[in-house]
This record gives sequence, C-alpha cells and structure tokens, in this order.
Amino acid sequence: MTVASPAPHKMSARGVSVSYGDKQAVKDVSIDVDMDKVTAFIGPSGCGKSTFLRTFNRMNDTIASARVTGEITLDGEDIYSPDMDVVQLRARVGMVFQKPNPFPKSIFENVAYGPRIHGLASSKTDLEGIVERSLKRAGLWDEVKDRLSDSGTALSGGQQQRLCIARAIAVDPEVILMDEPASALDPIATAKIEELIHELRGRYAIVIVTHNMQQAARVSQRTAFFHLGQLVEYGETDNIFTAPREERTKDYITGRYG
Amino acid sequence: MNPFALSFVILGLGLIGWLTARARALRFDRGGAKRLHSLPAQHGWFVAMWTVLPPLLFLVVWSAVSPGLVRQTVLQSPTAAGLSDFAFERDSVLAQAREVAKNPYDTEADPLARQLAPVVRAARNRYAWTGTAAAALLAFAGAAFALSRIRPDFRARSKVERTLMMGLLVASLIAIFTTIGIFASLFWESTRFFSQVPITQFLFGTHWSPQVIDAKDPGASLGAVPLFWGTFFIGAVIAMLVAIPFGLMSAVYLTQYASATTRRWMKPTLEMLAGVPTVVYGYFAALTVAPAVRKLAVLLGDPFASSESALAAGLVMGVMIIPFVSSMADDSLAAVPTAMRDGSLAMGATTSETISRVLVPAALPGVVAGVLLAVSRAIGETMIVVMAASGAATITLNPLQSATTVTKQIVDLLTGEAEFDSPKTLAAFALGLTLFVITLLLNIVALRVVKKYREAYE
Repeated sequence: MTVASPAPHKMSARGVSVSYGDKQAVKDVSIDVDMDKVTAFIGPSGCGKSTFLRTFNRMNDTIASARVTGEITLDGEDIYSPDMDVVQLRARVGMVFQKPNPFPKSIFENVAYGPRIHGLASSKTDLEGIVERSLKRAGLWDEVKDRLSDSGTALSGGQQQRLCIARAIAVDPEVILMDEPASALDPIATAKIEELIHELRGRYAIVIVTHNMQQAARVSQRTAFFHLGQLVEYGETDNIFTAPREERTKDYITGRYG
Repeated sequence: MNPFALSFVILGLGLIGWLTARARALRFDRGGAKRLHSLPAQHGWFVAMWTVLPPLLFLVVWSAVSPGLVRQTVLQSPTAAGLSDFAFERDSVLAQAREVAKNPYDTEADPLARQLAPVVRAARNRYAWTGTAAAALLAFAGAAFALSRIRPDFRARSKVERTLMMGLLVASLIAIFTTIGIFASLFWESTRFFSQVPITQFLFGTHWSPQVIDAKDPGASLGAVPLFWGTFFIGAVIAMLVAIPFGLMSAVYLTQYASATTRRWMKPTLEMLAGVPTVVYGYFAALTVAPAVRKLAVLLGDPFASSESALAAGLVMGVMIIPFVSSMADDSLAAVPTAMRDGSLAMGATTSETISRVLVPAALPGVVAGVLLAVSRAIGETMIVVMAASGAATITLNPLQSATTVTKQIVDLLTGEAEFDSPKTLAAFALGLTLFVITLLLNIVALRVVKKYREAYE
C-alpha cells in the first residue's frame, strides 16, 4: 500500500478572472473547495461572488459576453478544457438559484427531471425511489408525499427552494453551488434551508454565496470575503469572523460598509 | 347652402370664437393671482367647441331626418292627390320626381312625376334653408353662451379635457358598434334564410349544390356540412400541419439559437410574409403549387387528378399563417423566465432538452392561443381558396381531391346574377354568420388562454 497523499481538493480555482465585455467582474481569484466543508462567499453586492460561483459549473457559458480565464479543476481535471463535457460537469456540480425556480411541472416531475435526462433510473420504481430519497434528503418529503402530482409552482417559496435542492440532489452531484438560496425567503423558511445545509454537509461539497454574514457564520466552515472583484481574505470561518487579518474584512463584518 | 360649405362656415365661426376667447382671456384682470386655472388657449378651445359641436351634431341629425320631412310635405301637397294608393307605385313615382327635381330635362319620366318635381324642389329648398338657419343659430347661441361663461376663475381646462375624453370614447365605440352592426345585419339576413330553410337542414345536411335548388324544398341542396368539412380540412388540418411545426421551430431557433445579428434580419423577413397580400398567395397557389400537386397526384396513380386540390390551397395557406404562429410562439418563449432556462441547464440538460422539456411546455398556453388565432384566420381566408380551391363540395379525406370552403362558396353565391331574397343568396349570409360565430369563439378562447397564462408569470 502506498502512503496516502494529502487529500486532494474537490475543486480548485487558480488565477480565475471573469469579464463581461470590457468590464472585469472577478480578478485573479484562487480558492479551494473541500468535500466535507461548507464554503461561504460573502461580500457587498456587485463584488463578483455570484459571478465567480457560476464559473464552477460553467453557467457563465450561457452569457455570450462573459469570458473566463485561469484554471478551475474538479478532482484535478480542468473543467474548461475541451475534453470536459459541460453536460456531465453540471451533473456533477449542481446549482440552486437565488430565486426558487421550479419548473411548471408536478412536484414529482421536477425531481425526476434530472434522473430522466441523465438516464439514472432503470425503471419506474427506481425513479420513484430516487424521487423519494431526494425529497427526504431535502426535508420536503413529509410535506409533499401526498400531493406529488401537484404543480411545483403551487408550493410556498421556502418549499419551492427545498424542491429545487431536491431536484439538484436527485442527480447525485458531488458539489452543490448555492447562490443566495435564502435571500428571497422569510426567516422561518431560511432557518429550514440552513438546517438542511447542515444535514447535507459531508455528503456533498457545498459552496454558498450569501450577503448575510450571520448566515455565513452559522452554516459555513470556511469563508471567503470578496470586494470589488477581488478575493480579500479566505480562511476558517471562525477566524474570519473573530480575527480577520485584513482591514477591509474587519470593516465589512463589523458593518462599516456593504 | 350645401352641407360641405356650411361645415366650413361653422369651422370658421369656431376659429373666430377661439381667437376672441383667447384674446379676452389674455386681458383678464388677474387680481393678484399668479396663475389662472386655465391657459388662454384652453378658454379659446372651450368657446370653439361650443361654437362648432352643436351645429355639426345638429346637421348630422338633420341630414338623416330631412328626406323624410320632404316626403311628408310632398305627399300632403294638392298635386300629390293624383298619386296611386299602391305603395310600390307611389314610391316609384316619388323617386322619379326626385330625379326630375335634380335634372329637369329628364323627359322620359312619368308625367305625374314631372308635375311633382317643382313641389319636391320647393320642399327641399325650404328644409335646406331651415337647417342652415338652425345650424347658424346654434353656432351663434353656443358661442354667445360660452363667451358669457369665460371669467378668470372659469375652469375651461377641465371642460376641454372632458370633451376630448368624450371624443376619444366615441371613437372607440365606433368600432364596437360597427361590429354589432355587422353582426345584426348578418343575423337579420340569416333569420330570413332560416325562415325558408330549417336550421338543422342547413347545419347538418350533407348535400350542397346551390346551382340546382328545388323551389319546394330548398334546404335539400343547401346542406353546409361539406363546406364546413372543407374549411376545417384546408384551414385547420392541412394549413396547420404546415404552419405549426414550421412556425414553432422558427420561433425556437430565433429565441434560443440565433445570434443577435441573425435574429435582427431574420425576424423582420419572416414577418414580411404576413404583409404579402393574400391575392398574391392566391396566384402562387393557383399557378405554382397546384400544378405541382397535380403532378404528384398523377405520379401517385390518378391520371385524372384535378389541379384544384385541397392540398394546394392548404399548403399555401399554411405558409401564409407561419408568421402568426411564429410570432406568438416567439413572444411566449421569450416570456418564460430565464430562471427556468438556467435551472434546466444547471441540471446538465442540453439546450434541446431544455427547450423540449421546459421551455416549450411552459410556453404552451401562448403557443396554443397563437394556433387558435391562426386557425381563425385560416378559416376566414378567402383569396387563396377562391383562386386555388374548387367549387365542388365533397367530403373527402384525400388531400389530393378537390374541396371547397365556406368563404369560397360565399363568393360564388354572391357573384353573378342573383336575387337578393332567394334562398341561394340568403344562404351566403347564413354561411357568413356561421363563420363569424366560429371565429369569434376561437378568438375569445385564445384571448382567455393568453390572459390566464400572463397571470401565471406576473
């Protein structure tokens, strides 16, 4: 047996910059994301944290003017290399958006969408199993098990967002990106989402963008602070919030701006 | 004075009223107030409206009423004693008298009419002058009344705005009343038809041959089912088989795949199809497509195939409808939130999976509404079928055979020699009414679907 090498990072970004036309939104950011950790990106609006998050599953590809430079790897593989199939990448790196966006289909069909397009279920029973398991993991099963054929858009905002998380889980991704997942929800729904993030940790590498610093402190183990497109500071959440190294981080978390 | 010149005079009076009122308003003693409620020009408009509108409205009413008054006067004159009691003959003589009054050198007229002519002329003159005088009086009275109300604190602005609002309301009501009028006249003529032919025979009869009508049982050859079938077959089946896939696919391409540059020239070009006059499509159908379809039919083993096939008319109609379907589908696809698209792409769906599984289903109500509107347009379309479809009313499923439509038959029934109270001619109105009702229902359903769908995303 060989000596175990230090655990490689699940995803790594090296010198990543993103620009829209002439405007540079993210400047030279390097960061690592690990399997059993929740990583939070914080910073004032327009600091590039969401843009940067979208480079992790190449969602910036859908914006014609966006250009990404630098290197991002998933299990050591460059996700921007021509060999990387974007469909497979997104199956491995799922995403939950700021505003809940269930499809105008039934609850069941929303969760079954991913398994269907990726051919994950071999039979109807199999598919039902995946849907049930995903809804359970997303903490939504008990609320919807009797009305799986109702429209997903008829649920409350918080339930819709958990449905979107269930939908993302259903394709069994390795990484889940969450772009301000609770910013459109009320405090109770937000608490449920945060609780859910706790439960999902360990099974998936989770990256969450938030403008709510208490939320970052509550759910994450690592925090990255962005300002004006640059990564100002990145480290253990406890350290960032109690002993920030950078003046700008300190100003932001003490509420001096942002 | 002729009404045209009179209107000009009234407008002139209105202008004078405007200028007077404005001049007076400009000289108002402001009494320390910095601003008056209304601008001088608004006082002017107030007076101009009072000067112009009452006499013009009066003239409109008068021109409708005065012929009746002239007739009354003429009938009461001693010369009219010699008129026949028989209404038809009396009206004929009166009509001739009116002609002679205009043109005294008409020597072929009835002698009594020639005697009546001076009476007609005198009565006409009298009422014309009465009308003119009344209009002038109204103009001056209106102007005087309005001018008397003009004071610094008078709220002319509100009055003018109100009148403008009423004018706009009338303008919008005209379209509505015209629709009601069309419907009423169609309905009236149709009831005359249905008094001669039972409605069930017309709606469910399967034999249509208006050229040979048995006077005892006109309904037997006026069964409209073959026409309804032909209309449905050409407009709602063949045309839609062309228009729906091509319209939908072009909308998908334009919204999801095309670059901004491509879209910029391709969309207007496609929409130009909607601007081509339908008679041009008619040529195209009759001269290009129909012979080609006939050749196909011959190849398929029918040496006597007609060149007037349902397929030729339906194909061209379908092409004509493409822009309707495409632009409605385009709008509905564009209205699906980007979040749907992103959500699907982030799941690892390809663009085509995203379109077929998320975007098109989400846009479906809008697409359906577009298709309904397109169908209602297709079944009301006339020129293409007049030029390319045949007059033979057959019920067939074979697109290479000839078929006819409701619109084509209406044209056939109303052209050429026709009496306006025969069942044959009246049948055209009944067909028109049926078509009107069907397209109206399609439009209502389509608009409801669109409305419901809009609510879902707002």
